[in-house]
Amino acid sequence: MTGAELLNSLGARLGAKIGERIEFRGETTFLIDRADIREVAQLCKDERFDYLLDISSVDNFGTEPRFEVVYELYSLTLSLHLRVKLRVSEEDPTVDTVSDIWPTANWHEREIWDMMGLRFNNHPDLRRILMWEGYPYFPLRKEFPLEGLPSDMPDVAFTSAAPMEGGPFVTQPSTATTKDREPRARGPI
Amino acid sequence: MNALPVQKDSQTVPAAYDSKIEGNVIFTRLDAAMNWMRKNSLWPMPMGLACCAIELMATASARFDIARFGAEVMRFSPRQCDVMIVAGTVTYKMALAVKRIYDQMPEPKWVIAMGACASSGGMYRSYAVLQGIDQLLPVDVYVSGCPPRPEALIAGLMKLQEKIAGERSFTAQKRGLVDKLEALT
Repeated sequence: MTGAELLNSLGARLGAKIGERIEFRGETTFLIDRADIREVAQLCKDERFDYLLDISSVDNFGTEPRFEVVYELYSLTLSLHLRVKLRVSEEDPTVDTVSDIWPTANWHEREIWDMMGLRFNNHPDLRRILMWEGYPYFPLRKEFPLEGLPSDMPDVAFTSAAPMEGGPFVTQPSTATTKDREPRARGPI
Repeated sequence: MNALPVQKDSQTVPAAYDSKIEGNVIFTRLDAAMNWMRKNSLWPMPMGLACCAIELMATASARFDIARFGAEVMRFSPRQCDVMIVAGTVTYKMALAVKRIYDQMPEPKWVIAMGACASSGGMYRSYAVLQGIDQLLPVDVYVSGCPPRPEALIAGLMKLQEKIAGERSFTAQKRGLVDKLEALT
C-alpha cells in the first residue's frame, strides 16, 4: 500500500470526523474536532502511524477558537507524514491526552501545559516541564511580553522583566557586513 | 661549603653569618605572602552552564593549559574551590542553585563571569534568563565574548590574580586589634 492509498483509506475510515482535509506541497493535514482526538489517534496508530514526532500548540490571539494543537505523525514503515490539527477555545482549554497511545506524548503535553496553558485530561503526570511549579504565567501565549514578568517563588526561583533597551534583538537579513547584520537592539522596526 | 661545627652549648653560639639559614630567609608582609600563595593556586569551580563551558574546557586543556597559572585543579565540589567561573547562560531556574553552590564555597572566594550571558544576559533578553549573575553574586572579573576565547579567559584570570595581589585581607582583619593596642598605649 502506498502512502497516498493509506491516507485515502484512513480518510474514508475517519469519514465525518475529518472537518477539513488540507493538501499542501504533498503534506496532508486533517482538521478534526477536539472531542474526537482519542478516537482519531487510536485509529492512526492502528493504521501504522506508529511514531508521534511532535505535538505543538499555536496561539491565534484574537480569533476564536483561540488555540490550535498540532500532532505530527509519522509512519516508520511507510515513511509517511500526517498532520492532525484541532482547535481549542480559551474558555475551556482542555484536550484529552494521547499519552497512553503514544507514550512520547507525555512530555510533549507537559510542555504545552507549561508554555501555553492547555490542560490535558487524564494525563498521568501533568506538571510543568521547563518552568517550575508555581510560576504564574504561560510564556508562549501572545499576551505574555517578550521581556517577561516579575514573579517570585521563595527558595525556588524568581524572575524579573528583562531590559529591552529599545527593541527586540533581531538580525537584519541583508548582504551587509557582520557588524550590520548581527542581532542587536534596533528599536521599533 | 664546610659544615658548621656542632654547637655543644647553645649559650655560646656566635652571632655569625649562617649560610645554611640566612640564604633561605625572606622578610615580607604577611598579606603579600598570603596573596602570592592565593593567586597562584586558584582552584576553579567550573560552573559550566552553556557553550562557554566548551571554551572553559579548552582553557584547561593542553594547548592553553591553565595549569601555567596554578588554576588547573577543577573541583566539582564547592568546598574545595576558590574561584567560581560562571561559564554560560544563567536561567532563572538555575540561578538559585548557582547561588547555593557559591554559598558553599569557603572564604576567600572570587567569581569570574565568563561571557556575555553570565555578565549581562547576553542575547537572551527573555523571561527565562537572569540578566547577569552579578544580580546574585559579587563578580570580580567580567570576561567579554560570545563565547570568549581561552586567551580571554586566561586574561581574566590574570586580572583576578592582579586583584588578589593587591588585597589587604590580613591587615584589614587585624585592624581592630591594632587599633585597640594603639588605644591602650
